[in-house]
Amino acid sequence: MAKISKEQVLHTANLATLAISEEEAEMFSNQLTEIITFTEKIQNINTEGVKRTIYGNDNDNVLREDKAIRTITQEEALKNAPSQENGQFKVPSIMD
Amino acid sequence: MSLYHYSIEELVKLLHKGDLNAEETAKMSLDRIEEVDDQVKAFLTVNKDNVLADAKKLDESTEPKERLFGIPGGIKDNVMTKGVRTTCASKFLENFDEPLYNATLLEKLNKDHSLMMGKVNMDEFAMGSTTETSAYHPTYNPWNLEHVPGGSSGGSAAAVAAGEVMYSIGSDTGGSIRQPSSFCGVIGMKPTYGLISRYGLVSLAPSLDQAGPITRTVEDNAYVLETIAGHDALDATSVNRTIPKYTDSLQKDVKGLKIAVPKEFLGEGVSEEVRESVMNALKMYELLGATWEEVSLPHLAYADAAYTVICNAEASSSLARFDGVRYGKRADETEDMIEMLKTSRGEGFGENVKRRILLGTTMLSAGYTDTHFIKAQQVRTLIKNDFEAAFKHYDVIVGPTTPTEAFKIGEQPSNEVMHMSDVLTVPVNLAGLPAISVPCGYTDAGLPLGLQIIGKHFDESTVYQVAYAYEQATNHHKKRPDLGGAN
Repeated sequence: MAKISKEQVLHTANLATLAISEEEAEMFSNQLTEIITFTEKIQNINTEGVKRTIYGNDNDNVLREDKAIRTITQEEALKNAPSQENGQFKVPSIMD
Repeated sequence: MSLYHYSIEELVKLLHKGDLNAEETAKMSLDRIEEVDDQVKAFLTVNKDNVLADAKKLDESTEPKERLFGIPGGIKDNVMTKGVRTTCASKFLENFDEPLYNATLLEKLNKDHSLMMGKVNMDEFAMGSTTETSAYHPTYNPWNLEHVPGGSSGGSAAAVAAGEVMYSIGSDTGGSIRQPSSFCGVIGMKPTYGLISRYGLVSLAPSLDQAGPITRTVEDNAYVLETIAGHDALDATSVNRTIPKYTDSLQKDVKGLKIAVPKEFLGEGVSEEVRESVMNALKMYELLGATWEEVSLPHLAYADAAYTVICNAEASSSLARFDGVRYGKRADETEDMIEMLKTSRGEGFGENVKRRILLGTTMLSAGYTDTHFIKAQQVRTLIKNDFEAAFKHYDVIVGPTTPTEAFKIGEQPSNEVMHMSDVLTVPVNLAGLPAISVPCGYTDAGLPLGLQIIGKHFDESTVYQVAYAYEQATNHHKKRPDLGGAN
């Protein structure tokens, strides 16, 4: 049986690059425990030797000609940017 | 004049002859939106100015009129519309006013001269089944405004049922076209995975997602699918094959057709009224010359669990792109890059979206990948195999679309009902099959019920044929919700 602790939720939130509050972590801890426990009914199914289905269909090795095409301009790419400078996306500092 | 009075093909005929023009049909749609949308609230963005200009341009053009000339449609807000705000009903994308391109399916609708009336409401990032998790407002069921329209394509289904548009586009990851169509008494088709390009459909779970049309009649539905289906080099999962003329298959009768009814579709949680309406539909098929038998697809009962694992794992990965760098929400006054990313996402996503990201991330982290995620993908194979075995002996699989009529706003259905809701719809996505919901009656309280018809891969023609035969033999599709105005 899975028990997802509050600390685990905070750790997972960190992995998912997601800020959550202490209260949210508490709530999600209970909810995730409940949901994951519910999904564990599949543990009773014998899947020995069963191949997994990963994709929606069997398309594979979809190739195209290696040809340059024009998609969007720099100006267009920046149209929705929350912050920009000198034709680039601007973000807070990454390193000190 | 009301859109309710016409089928798509009837309207197309009048428009092609010139008895009506595109500006007039655009106005019919806008007038109806004006008249009823403050009750129904199906729309997030009405594309009023653009669509009137587009309609005028179409009317003035000397080029030949295409097959959807002047037909007003609504587009779910997780479909990219160039220059028209696309929010996925999330605050994260509240200011995403300038999408840079159109989804391929919209390009196809535009090429066939359809009119894009606006963007319709949904559960945030298509995660939900009531449209109540929209960050903007709920949508209300046109048949009874105290009930939900279903979801996640609740706006798409409600807009069609309310006569605001002739068709709408929804998306279906685990039932999100079929369930709201059932709740709103309209026709919703989830086509075979790979039939319609997903380019420009914002991903929830890429191995399960598929867009599809919602309409008032089966014929309208087949007509719209003919436009939006087809291979697209921009989507590597779209399939290259000839698209049949679905409307040609409608007139074929169902004599000798073999129907399977999985007993797992009629388990505890399915209401008496739903059971009865499905049994009546099966009797109707007998009268029409088809036969049906009860079968067992034993792994369907586990489909909800496998789906929960797979869908949320994929979703947590899909939603990683929302970072507040290139577009979307950017948190103010953050110290560094990582804090900016975390805070933007924390502020921009609703509670339900956060829960699912955390659940999916857990499923993909050490200690869970092998035991939960890979296990669920193996169970997915077993579910696929169950369907394949049944389709060796039967032409279609039939059952209810939903275990009950539409929930009340704010209502928390019982665990049995939630379990059955998933068992009825998610197996089709796990197996990549086509399935339609067609109205099959009304509860005593007047809420619509839906019959689900599931077909073999790429056999939409048979699904439409079976749906059409039933629709034409009954009067369910002729009823309309009473919202006042020019019904």
